[in-house]
Amino acid sequence: MKPAIGSYLSGLIFAIGLAVSGMTQPKKVLAFLDIFGDWDPSLMFVMVGAIGAYSVVYRLVLKRQKPLIEDKLQIPEPRKVDKELILGAIIFGIGWGLAGFCPGPALTSLATLQKAPLIFGLGLLGGMITFKLLRDRKLV
Amino acid sequence: MFLALIGGLLIGLGAGLLWFLNGRILGVSGIIGGLFNFNRTDTLWRMTFLAGLLSGGALMYHFHPQSFEMIQMPSTAVVIAGFLVGIGTRLGNGCTSGHGVCGISRFSVRSIVATLLFMSFGILTVSFVRHVWGGL
Repeated sequence: MKPAIGSYLSGLIFAIGLAVSGMTQPKKVLAFLDIFGDWDPSLMFVMVGAIGAYSVVYRLVLKRQKPLIEDKLQIPEPRKVDKELILGAIIFGIGWGLAGFCPGPALTSLATLQKAPLIFGLGLLGGMITFKLLRDRKLV
Repeated sequence: MFLALIGGLLIGLGAGLLWFLNGRILGVSGIIGGLFNFNRTDTLWRMTFLAGLLSGGALMYHFHPQSFEMIQMPSTAVVIAGFLVGIGTRLGNGCTSGHGVCGISRFSVRSIVATLLFMSFGILTVSFVRHVWGGL
């Protein structure tokens, strides 16, 4: 039961951060990516703040060696850059640039029941299910 | 700019909380994508993470609805965008949170490459749509 509380709190703070930062406004995100047009660089500070805070917490917890609730830290094993990573990041970038939504802000915005995040969410669901079906058949 | 920085710090702290409490690296696409593997012990924390996102969204929408201002865009484009983001983040094993925030903080070469790629292709897509295609 406890890990579920940990992830709930994390999701809650994370979502509040997304909304405060401006990431839940596709207009801002698209303006951030529009470097050849009317560029709005303010979202750069989101990266600075998020990476800054996480870098510190990440290393403090590493020193502690154990998380508070679960038994051990799950550090991803280092892997090489492969073609799945490259192709996946490219496809994601195109989708991100098209609507100005990445998964976190889109899911957070679902709570507003507005049309755009609901439609985006349907597409997201379809994409993830398609991936799962392809992976289960070892096609990707 | 000030809000972007404060929001960013909260994003980093939220991700740090999952690491400190559960010992897991936060990646929204991975957490949600993992729900499709239906494993009883593994599903609950993922579901409550999603519930946390929705609670945070609902709370912020209540007090500050301007944070969720949407733009007019054809639904076909939005659903295609969602599909590309869904399949791309699963194939590339991460999105803005897992690669862009956590991965870069951990100096992961994979995440740095992925972030440079999705940022570049996001920029290319916006540039093409706005300045070549003439908008959606």
